[in-house]
Amino acid sequence: MQHRAAPEGRPGAAAFAAAFLLISLFLLSQLTAETRFSAGGKLFAQPRFWPAISVAGMSLFGIFHLWSAWKARHGDGLAEATVWLRALEYFVWFMAYVAAVPIGGYLLSTVLFTVLLALRQGYGAVRQLAAAALLGAGIVLVFKTALAVKIPGGALYDWLPSGLRSFMILNF
Amino acid sequence: MDVLLSALAILARWDVVAALAVGSVGGVVIGAIPGVGPAVAIAILLPATFSLDPIVGLTALLGIYGSSMYGGAIPAILINTPGTAVNALTTYEGTPMTKRGKARRALSLAYSASFFGGVFSVVCLILLAPVLAWIAPMFGSREIFLAALLGVILVVLAHRGQVLAAGMLACLGIWLNTVGLEPVQYSKRYTFDQSWLAGGFDLIVVVLGLFALSQAFVLLVEPDKRSKAEAVKGGLFAGFKELAVCRRVAAVASSFGVMMGMIPGVGEFTAQFLSYTYAQRTSRKPEEFGNGSPEGLVASEAANNAVPAAAMIPLLALGIPGEALTAMMLSVFYVHSVVPGPQLFQNQMDFVVALYIALLILNVLVLVFLLHATNSLLKVIEIPTRFLGVAILTLSFVGVYSLRNSAVDCAVAAGFGIFGFILKRLGLPIVPIILGMVLGGIMEAKLRTSMMRVDTPLDFISRPVAFALFLIILAVFASHFWGLWRGRRPTSKVQDG
Repeated sequence: MQHRAAPEGRPGAAAFAAAFLLISLFLLSQLTAETRFSAGGKLFAQPRFWPAISVAGMSLFGIFHLWSAWKARHGDGLAEATVWLRALEYFVWFMAYVAAVPIGGYLLSTVLFTVLLALRQGYGAVRQLAAAALLGAGIVLVFKTALAVKIPGGALYDWLPSGLRSFMILNF
Repeated sequence: MDVLLSALAILARWDVVAALAVGSVGGVVIGAIPGVGPAVAIAILLPATFSLDPIVGLTALLGIYGSSMYGGAIPAILINTPGTAVNALTTYEGTPMTKRGKARRALSLAYSASFFGGVFSVVCLILLAPVLAWIAPMFGSREIFLAALLGVILVVLAHRGQVLAAGMLACLGIWLNTVGLEPVQYSKRYTFDQSWLAGGFDLIVVVLGLFALSQAFVLLVEPDKRSKAEAVKGGLFAGFKELAVCRRVAAVASSFGVMMGMIPGVGEFTAQFLSYTYAQRTSRKPEEFGNGSPEGLVASEAANNAVPAAAMIPLLALGIPGEALTAMMLSVFYVHSVVPGPQLFQNQMDFVVALYIALLILNVLVLVFLLHATNSLLKVIEIPTRFLGVAILTLSFVGVYSLRNSAVDCAVAAGFGIFGFILKRLGLPIVPIILGMVLGGIMEAKLRTSMMRVDTPLDFISRPVAFALFLIILAVFASHFWGLWRGRRPTSKVQDG
């Protein structure tokens, strides 16, 4: 249970509710095209039954939520939408990191990622950057070296001598 | 006795002990860092536990779940910032005590109340185990369907003031679960001819996006915050003596924690507010509440810490998670082909008792750790929030990518991260999405199975437990609409939910 002020009046709430409703209505419009109804089968066993229940629920609750948010709307929705867009920058950072790991290997990519992102966040002092590098190296040591999670070696490792290459693939 | 010995044998392994110790201490540390919380930590660690034995993985996750609220009390008391969301009420009493120079007393009382709540709930569960073992087999497909339906209804209605939003988000969760290949006739649902949608949305990917990545985005986008807490001087044992004075409040609050923990979709917040309200109404000094009341602090912390053990009941006995953290733990069971539910209570009672004992041990471990390491823990409170954002974003990669080395999974998780970020900015709840996803799958499977065995709709509730669950659902709706009607009578102001 979350005891807090109703969120309908927050900036951007009406825009979010409208977008959610539009997506719900789109999904509802695609129900027959994207799900199957087997002739002669029981209603509850139809592949379409639960998608229908869920998108109908999304649309119905979405209509009332939009109505509620529209009545309570105030504040600068555009400014709030700008904040949402700012988060997209970190979406891009994350995906760049995802793309870098199969090339540079987990250790190098992670240390570079933490240091560069720390710089982007305004941590420019040597001590702070060293802490970021240690963080990256520590994460790799815990997860890849100690817990042996499944993360493949980087393409760069192919350039290493065979013994060192195996060691790097196995541990970093 | 045999069950107990067998349970102890399950726990008497170095890897289980290590998992319990790391989970317990790690949970306290994570709980003490405002802005992280157990959901983020469990989401990140979840894939790493898949390679471990179920008991090892579960004890590590249980350790984090059960101990994070102990740690969350530290910043709540010392810097007026709850370490985890459920420590919010602790700030009401802890911060004024700190301002009056009584930080040691507040921390000591919080630790002892948390310990009492944690141990009380485990003892209750051990005593209740035979009853559960008797009741669990009475749950067939239709009863589990009705219990899951009740869970969805409760999680929506429990979000007072946000019922419409919680409803649409729970439906979104149910829809997310339907995407991909339908499990019986193998027809595609909402795949839009995209191969990456054919497998549907993986629960772990969605959880990591909604909890971990969204929190990283929040911390990276919002202004940097640095907190500083003063060191606490002196021992922290005195709280146990003071707890004896507040024993009535501690016992009632822990009972609320156990009861609310057992009900799917309710959890810590309700237990905490019920306990706090009870403590205030029955106190000889109600005017102290909000100004540093020891009773208020005890009520809040004892109730919080009684919930995790109780929340394992619907998960273990029925396979129905009551909230997001137990929903994540459910995936550990599934990965190892251990099916929680009535059969688990009937056939693997030793496993269930082992989990209870692990919970008991973790409370002792955490208490000992906190009594000796509180001042060292203050260092983690000082970590700047944007640096935490860097750490969570980096850790989230391990969680998602290690599942199946898929960049698509990472993109989907990051997409849900943006969605979760917007929900957090708007103050909308995330938990209904996760419970909708998990309970939606259970409802679909169980409704299909149970409808094959009934001729008329009334047959569905012909068995005693099914009928009782049906009556509870009706009572929940009646209570909600009665509350709405009463709330609107004086002002005629229309409010959602």
